[in-house]
Amino acid sequence: MRRILALTTALGLVTGPALADVNLLSWGGAYGNSHLEAYAKPFTAETGIAVNMSDADNPATPIKAQVEAGNVSMDVASVEYADAVRLCDEGLLEPIDPSILLPAEDGTPAEEDFIDGAITECFVGTDVYSMVLAFNASQFSEAKPATPADFFDTQAFPGKRTMRKGAKFNLELALMADGVPAEEVYELLATPEGVDRAFAKLDTIKNDVIWWEAGAQPPQLLADREVSMAYAFNGRIFNAAQADGQPFEIIWDGQIYEMEGWVVPKGAPNMEEAMQFVAWTTGPAPQARAAEFISYGPPRRSAAAMVGNIEGTDQPMGPHLPTSEANMTNALASDLEFWVDRDAELNERFNSWLAS
Amino acid sequence: MANAALDPHAAIATTASGVGQGVLTTADGRPLARALARSQGRARRKAFLLVLPLLAFILITFVVPIGQMLQRSFYNDGFSVHMPQVSAWFAATERGTPPDDAAWAALAADLTASAEARTIGVVGTRINYDMSGTRSLFTSTGRQVRSGIEPPYDQALLDINPAWGDPMLWSTMREAASPYTANFYLASVDRTRDEQGQIQQVEERQRVYLMLFWRTFWLSAVITALTFVLGFPIAHLLATLPMRKSNLLMILVLLPFWTSLLVRTTSWMVLLQQQGVINDLLVWLGVIGGGERLQMIYNQTGTIIAMTHILLPFMILPLYSVMRTINPSYVRAARSLGATSWTAFRRIYFPQTLPGLGAGAMLVFILAVGYYITPALVGGSSGQLISNMIAQHMTGTLNWSMAAALAALLLGAVLILYWLYDRLVGVDNLKLG
Repeated sequence: MRRILALTTALGLVTGPALADVNLLSWGGAYGNSHLEAYAKPFTAETGIAVNMSDADNPATPIKAQVEAGNVSMDVASVEYADAVRLCDEGLLEPIDPSILLPAEDGTPAEEDFIDGAITECFVGTDVYSMVLAFNASQFSEAKPATPADFFDTQAFPGKRTMRKGAKFNLELALMADGVPAEEVYELLATPEGVDRAFAKLDTIKNDVIWWEAGAQPPQLLADREVSMAYAFNGRIFNAAQADGQPFEIIWDGQIYEMEGWVVPKGAPNMEEAMQFVAWTTGPAPQARAAEFISYGPPRRSAAAMVGNIEGTDQPMGPHLPTSEANMTNALASDLEFWVDRDAELNERFNSWLAS
Repeated sequence: MANAALDPHAAIATTASGVGQGVLTTADGRPLARALARSQGRARRKAFLLVLPLLAFILITFVVPIGQMLQRSFYNDGFSVHMPQVSAWFAATERGTPPDDAAWAALAADLTASAEARTIGVVGTRINYDMSGTRSLFTSTGRQVRSGIEPPYDQALLDINPAWGDPMLWSTMREAASPYTANFYLASVDRTRDEQGQIQQVEERQRVYLMLFWRTFWLSAVITALTFVLGFPIAHLLATLPMRKSNLLMILVLLPFWTSLLVRTTSWMVLLQQQGVINDLLVWLGVIGGGERLQMIYNQTGTIIAMTHILLPFMILPLYSVMRTINPSYVRAARSLGATSWTAFRRIYFPQTLPGLGAGAMLVFILAVGYYITPALVGGSSGQLISNMIAQHMTGTLNWSMAAALAALLLGAVLILYWLYDRLVGVDNLKLG
């Protein structure tokens, strides 16, 4: 997601030396920095176990390569949820016992404190990012768009739109814009009628859409006023608004969220410390701290309230997080099983639809 | 190396002299032909040793990986390796045989073993390539059978998920039971197999690849023609201007060539978009109204403009290097013999540029056919090329077999065109400089 265009190769990684007690493989960039500041450093201070961080284009690729070669040098890696499901199904990950996870500060057990789907057999979520609608406030002086339906209403809210080129996210959005409540979206999409309905809805704005492929495109198109509304990853919009002072606003209604989190590769050299690291860093306090560095929300309910100000400013981060209570009304959890199953078929149809 | 240089002459001398005069020998009495062959062989082995590193490099970095990749287009053992028992049942029975007790038992045993070995994801993915929506059937069934499954297996599996009874699923599994398959190629040309294994077209709304192949070749041809129209006069200028001016012009040609592809593509976005420089200029000049800004990017037009610009140097440079060697006195001679300037160009000058034109056109066309990043960024929906689908299967759906099949077809088509070119024009006539 953060690097749609970063063509990952099997060689795209640097492994750290196995001196430290926990070898952590992360993504680098602002996101990797949040791991370093909120997880690695405090963990070492707390437990005395050193954390040795290294980066990869996508840590899932080296996991596959290392486990299959039987030469595993990392203990914990940060991967996208979809990759975690796939790697787990292929037997490349260690199961993580959910009982090691720390309870919330009021004693709520971890399994209830985490949002749905954040704990699976081999995966514990660390953060939630989402696909959101956003608009350039300077282009709407009177009424401002507020719902997915508004995105499809080019009469009331004129201007072009930009959407990710692909079936995923767009079909869900189309159904929500057509009045389907978030919780019924995937049920409906599993039927041919649902898919037809989604494409019919997309038809209504087909001629007004610029399709983006790289995550950097939507904020650029918004800033250039080439489009008036965008459907994009929340972190990109937040960064453009925060760092570059763009008048972008996010519509959280109908957001579709996905997760990233920790996995432990099969045969990790320091298994015990790895599990300790997973348990400690997914506690409410470190998760809340991580969210101050980047606008990805903690997947624990109890952590949301503990998130402070955006690092280096005096503005609260809370309202910018996908997981904030106010932002979660009518939010949709991306259904990865659905997409792993239907990706090829729906994308073929999507491309055929695009071309016709 | 002096030996090697001399040898061909010596060889000719031997064959020529060997015809009528009996066997020639060297000073120490060995037959000359054999002695020569031996020393020649030694030189050849030395020469071969010199190119060996390059050969090994090409083999390791080029031939082997591409060969392995292409192998995936017709070989995928994701099902057959992890589901051995049911694969054996398929091998032993005729197509169309309904699953019997033995088949169900084999399926249950394989599913259990595969779920325990955690390879069920691989199996499900393989079947999902041919029959959408089945991956989760395998993974979810796998999770349940890991805790044990009791006979009768048909009933037990159907209880877990009635989709196991689908004849289409059994037909698809039968296809996948052999690791060798043509299905990826069929899918690449919008074909599929029905329950009886008969090949048929996919539903109309799913058809996309043939159209994209057609569009890729058509757009590549258009782009090649445009680079010719734009590049020919520039190359001619470059070749005929005085050195100092032509050097300056050459830098103007090369500068964009040295600039990053992404930067060039992005600058086209800045120029062409609806709120971009060109539209602003046209509105300011009053050529078009503010409400009717032209859509010049995120469509086929954008793809053609940006790719023509990016590929232009590949046409100009071979043309230029050929044009520079053309002796101007030929055209002067034609003019002095009464040819009009058009006739002199058409009959004398242009034919001499053909080797450069051929090389340039080949380069541009072949590069355009495989272009990926530019159409992805500026192509919108109507400017997508087949390479975008290959990239999507490589990095998005992770269906590398499908990507390999599409790439193999593209490669095959380019080779056929190359062959046609050789037949019509002759590859010997290519000249890069």
